[in-house]
This record gives sequence, structure tokens and C-alpha cells, in this order.
Amino acid sequence: MHFLICLKQVPDSSEVRIDPATNTLIREGVPSIINPYDAHALEEAMRLKEKFGGKVTIISMGPPQAKEALRKAMTFGADRAILLSDRMFAGSDSLATAYILTVAIQTINDTDPVDVVLCGKEAIDGDTAQTGPGIAERLGYEQLTYVIKIRDMDQSSITVERKMEDGREVLKAKLPVLITVEKELNDLRYASLPNMMKAAAYEPEVWEAKRLPFDPSQMGLKGSPTSVSRIFAPPAKSGGEILDGLQDPVGTAVNVVEKMFQQNIIMVHPLAKGGR
Amino acid sequence: METFDVIIVGGGPAGLSAAISAAKRGMRTCVIERGDYPGTKNVMGGVLYTWATDKVVPEFWLEAPLERPVIEQRYGILSGNEILSVAYRDPDWDHPPYNAHTVLRVKFDRWLAKQAESAGAMIITETVVHDLLYQGQEVVGVRTGRQEGDLGAKIVILAEGVNNFVAQKAGLAKPLNAENVAVVVKEIISLTPEKIEDRFCLETNQGATIELFGESTQGMLGTAFIYTNKDSISIGVGVLLHPLIHTKWTPHDLLEAFKAKLYVKRLLQGGETKEYLAHLIPEGGYNAMPRLYRQGVMVVGDTAMFVNAIHREGSNLAMTSGKIAGEVAAEAIHAGDVSEANLRHYEKRVRDSFIIKDLYKFRKTGNFFEENPHLLKLYPEIACNAMKVFFTANETPKKEVYKNMMKMTFKKRSRSELTKDIIHAWRAFQ
Ligand SMILES: Cc1cc2nc3c(=O)[nH]c(=O)nc-3n(C[C@H](O)[C@H](O)[C@H](O)COP(=O)(O)OP(=O)(O)OC[C@H]3O[C@@H](n4cnc5c(N)ncnc54)[C@H](O)[C@@H]3O)c2cc1C
Repeated sequence: MHFLICLKQVPDSSEVRIDPATNTLIREGVPSIINPYDAHALEEAMRLKEKFGGKVTIISMGPPQAKEALRKAMTFGADRAILLSDRMFAGSDSLATAYILTVAIQTINDTDPVDVVLCGKEAIDGDTAQTGPGIAERLGYEQLTYVIKIRDMDQSSITVERKMEDGREVLKAKLPVLITVEKELNDLRYASLPNMMKAAAYEPEVWEAKRLPFDPSQMGLKGSPTSVSRIFAPPAKSGGEILDGLQDPVGTAVNVVEKMFQQNIIMVHPLAKGGR
Repeated sequence: METFDVIIVGGGPAGLSAAISAAKRGMRTCVIERGDYPGTKNVMGGVLYTWATDKVVPEFWLEAPLERPVIEQRYGILSGNEILSVAYRDPDWDHPPYNAHTVLRVKFDRWLAKQAESAGAMIITETVVHDLLYQGQEVVGVRTGRQEGDLGAKIVILAEGVNNFVAQKAGLAKPLNAENVAVVVKEIISLTPEKIEDRFCLETNQGATIELFGESTQGMLGTAFIYTNKDSISIGVGVLLHPLIHTKWTPHDLLEAFKAKLYVKRLLQGGETKEYLAHLIPEGGYNAMPRLYRQGVMVVGDTAMFVNAIHREGSNLAMTSGKIAGEVAAEAIHAGDVSEANLRHYEKRVRDSFIIKDLYKFRKTGNFFEENPHLLKLYPEIACNAMKVFFTANETPKKEVYKNMMKMTFKKRSRSELTKDIIHAWRAFQ
């Protein structure tokens, strides 16, 4: 089986700040990491490979520096890593990015059919969660998003559990399939020394735009209808109100409950209304 | 098990220099570093010396991430808010061949690692070496903390820095003790280049260093330092662990007290602390050196105690010893003889170099200051007092001024004590 991972290098969001004057991200000096969700997608691919055999290919679209992330990704034990890097890709939004990745996957698929594409559920520097589904649509693959468990897989189908707001959903889909994953899917393992060495010596392939049958109007700024009008840091939450309970404990308790009703934190259930 | 010619434990200046010199001589070389990448774990003041670095990477200044070339070095003593200092400035030091640069190790070590990779060495990061690997009595590689973590090597170079765990396990080094290590805390404080240049009287591409003794360390053996980077100041205090243990001072409080000194405060004014770092420096010197080699193993840099505390030199000793070890490793492997007898060349060559000659020269100074704790407390006071009297212009005739200076001095330290101190000092530096 052939597992393909779409992986993005992102700024370590715990260290990104926003320049209050210009409202742009200060990326300078911020270390880059593998998008955490993508790392779990890769880990799952490795586990599937161990179980079912086959190979793991990683692709990433990004600037030349993203090679670092790919080399790091290779420490998981993947077989091949390809960086899609070209000035023409610069400025792509999630629509254009999905397009570019799709063309690359199709190209790989021509010589080496892909069974499962795995993506993180979203990138932590954009939080759009659109790229994976965008690829699945274009490839015409089944898509399973927010996967937290792979229950079962065989040559032709896969059964997964999806994370829903109010529970889990178990779905079965035909291969080939694209899944986007949550962090709960697995625990990352500590790479073995042989894998570390393979990765240290590995030189990721770099594919430029001219290598693939691209439609230039669908990529880069031209192919990106999204425009970011403003970026801002959410206002810091102000501290809560403190009520002194020492003087009049009962009064304070009543006061608190009143406030909770006012702010709809607690409500009277419609069925219980009559009884109030 | 994969096998290399040379495995180097630790990717600091010593290990990376060893890697560059071994790889350049055609050795299959691997550096194993526990940090995310070389430099993340490393701290120095830091002044990087041109001569030693140039020997490892010729004309490194064209590409390396350096902060500022040092054109002025100031030494001083602090007593209360009084300061007595001398500085030497040579503007010619701002262009090749330079003398020294300030650096930030996170950037510099990472760059040096890239040079090692270009020379052909492999660098494995985020991996800790736990021990040497033996076959009978012979060292045949290293054992790391990863799965399938053994790696073979004809020669292992121990460049693990001050925390010499592997060298200890191998029976080459002893555990550190409080007399042999200094603890240093340091902050990086951001400041605009314009402010830095104004406050230190520098041109755009010039840097300065200040080292202060005396009350800057509350009279303990050690120094406080202030170095200019491009757009930040490195400031720190380092003291020997032994005296520190016997005071109420914590390293952090020492640094805060130093920063509160008026002179220092003014230099830092308006700056914002960006990083807080702490590290040990091995200062045991000549008498505390470990065994430097055995069959299949050489010990370099801080692990070998190669630090000249008096002259604030460490990185250059590390790089030079690393380079020599890399060369000796290549020669031994070419000759097919990695026996103890053959690796003796390594020790011989570091002994013939400035490294051990300098350590030998200062072999008694540490003890001298330890045994005479008054020196760093009393003399700064005496000197500052004397200068104050000397420079004060009032009705006192100069003849009396000089007399007063002597009187004040002898009140604090009698003639015989003074003579003794001078003789002891002279002996200590012999
Ligand atoms: C605050 C401070 C200021 C200093 N100022 C100066 C200065 O201005 N000028 C100067 O020349 N010197 C200075 N020094 C001294 C200088 O920093 C050291 O002498 C020099 O860094 C020694 O280099 P090294 O390669 O031997 O050790 P290190 O730089 O300590 O490198 C050791 C490396 O080994 C790695 N390592 C350790 N154990 C293992 C293991 N088991 N497995 C894998 N990796 C391991 C570490 O992560 C580290 O990267 C200063 C030191 C300090 C602490």
C-alpha cells in the first residue's frame, strides 16, 4: 500500500507574536516546526505501513527552508520526501494550495498509485482545515475528516472513528481515501537511531512548477481568492469579578446564581419550567 | 550496526572542530548532539577568538553569524558604586585579521555545524550518548538512548562539554567538584544598535567588552561581564561554586545586584531582557585535567578542562583541541593503529600548544585566590579609595594627599601583609 502525507512547516505558534503596529505576524526568529497534526498523520502512516506493508511518501509545499521539516519528518522512517517549491506557488491560499498538492499527488499516483492520503486536520498557522478536503474533492477520493481512530483497514476499504462535537462517528469508506487527523489518533514515537541517520543523510527531492502540468491561473496569488483584511491578537481576557463571600455567604450565593441565570450560563430546562 | 571512522560526542565548538578536521581528512565522521540542533544547549559570554576559529574555518568572518568585532576590552574593579578601570582600544581590530568577535552561540554553533556537514560529517541531533561501547577492553563505538542506538567507531572523541558523564563512565574523568567549576548566569538584553554605539563609543560595526572584578561578584572569585552584540547586550556574573555555597547569594541575586550598580544600570537603561541563561564553566585547570586519551578515545574542550579562566578563554582552547584530535584521529586510522600508544600523540600535541602551556602557567592562581579571599574584597576598596583621594581637589596640599593615600592603604593592609600578598601573587603567576 502507498501512504501519502501532506505536511506543512509552520512557525512554532507558541512563539509567534503579532506586531501591534502593523498587525502582521512577526515571523523573524521564530523557530519552525512540523505542523503538529501532520506529525500525527505521518505517525499513523508509519503504523499502517508496519501493519500492511508498502511505502510512505511525504509531500510539502513551501519555501526552500521547508526542507528542514521534511528531513525531520524522514526521522519517522518514511521512504520519500518531496518539496514543492517555486516562486509561482508563493501567496497561495488554501484553495490554490489544495490545487497544487492535488496536481503533485496525481503525478505521483501515475507511476505509484496512492491508496491513502493523510493530512493533519488543519495547520496551526491558519486553522482553516480546508486543504485536506480540497484535495479530496479534486482527486475524487472519499474523505474522512477529524479522524481519531483507524479501526480497520484492508485492500479495498477503511473504517475510522471521527471526532464529533457530541460523540464519535464510525464510518467506512472505499479506498483510495483521504483522511484528516486529530492528535488523539496516536502517540508520536521516539525515532530509532537508524532512522535518524537515514534522515540526516537524506536530501528531499525538490519539484519546481515546470515539472508538473500546472494551470498557472489556479496557483499563487492569482489562484487565491482569499484576501486577509486584518490580523489581530484577540483582546486579552479581563480578570473575572470577585465576590466577597465572607460577609454574607448566603446572599453571595444567591447573587452568583442570579448572575449565572442572567448570562445564560445556567438555564431552566423547558420541561421543568412549569414546576418553577 | 552502522560503523564510522570517527564518532564525536557533543556538537559544541570542540566537537564540531574535531568533526571538520576529521571529515576534511576523508574520515567517515558522525557528531551526536543531544540538543534540537547544535547550539541550543550552549552558552558563552561570548567572545570568540579569531585566530583559533580561522584555523578551523579559514576566513569564517565572511559568512559566520557574528555579532560585533571587539575593538575595546575594559577591565575594572568595582567597590560600591565606585569603579576603577582601564581599557585598551584598537580600532584596527574592526577589520581582518581581527582579534575577536562577540557571538551568540545558538546561531554560531548551528552555523559551525553546517560547515561540518559541508565537510562531509553527519550530524545526528536530539540524541544522547549514554556510554562508550566496548568489545572486551577495546572501545568500539558508542551507545545512544535511541532504539537500535549502538553505533560503531574506530575512534570516539569526547566533546560533551563541562558535564563529563561519558568521560566519567569511561574512567577518564572524575566527577566535578565545587572547587573546579564556576556557575554563570547571563541575560541577553535587547537594545538598539544606536544606543549601544553611543553608550560604548563605537562605530556601527564595532564592539566592546567589560569585565569587572571585586564587588561585582561580592568579592568571590569570578567576574562579571558586559559584552555588546548587534542589537543586544550580554551581561552575566560567574563565580566559583565553592565560595558561592558558603554565602547566602544565589547566582540570580548576584546578577541582579550587579545590574543594580549605577554604572551598569546606565549602560542597560531602556533595554528589555530577552533571554536568561545559566551554564557551568570547568575552571579546575591544569591540576584537574582528566586523562586525555586511551585506546580509541580522545577527550577535548571543556570535558578536558581546557579553560583559561584568567584570560576568559575557552572556545579557542576547545576548537584548537578539537582540531588536533580530529587530525590525530585521521592519522591513527590511516595508520591502522588506534591503540593507546599511538593516541599519545594527541596529548603530546596539546601539551606543545598554547592550550596546556597556558593552563600550566596559571595552575596555581585558582588556589591562590581561594586561599586569599580578602584579595578580591579588600584591594578593590583600597584602590578605589586611593584614586578618590588622588583625584579630589581641595585645600589639602598634594604632598599630604600622597601621604594620606599611603596611610589609608596601610590602615587596611599593613606593610608586611602587603608585601606578603605581593610575593604570593608573584609566585601564583609563576
Ligand atoms: C557564561 C559563559 C561565558 C563564557 N564566555 C566565554 C568567552 O567569552 N570566550 C570563550 O572563549 N569562552 C567562553 N566560555 C567558555 C566556552 O563557552 C567553553 O569553553 C566552550 O563552549 C567549550 O566548548 P565544548 O565544545 O568543549 O563544550 P560545549 O560548548 O559545552 O558543547 C558540548 C556539547 O555537547 C553536547 N552534549 C553533552 N553531553 C552529550 C551527550 N552525552 N550526548 C550528546 N551530546 C552531548 C551538548 O549539548 C553541547 O552541545 C564561556 C562559558 C560560559 C558558560
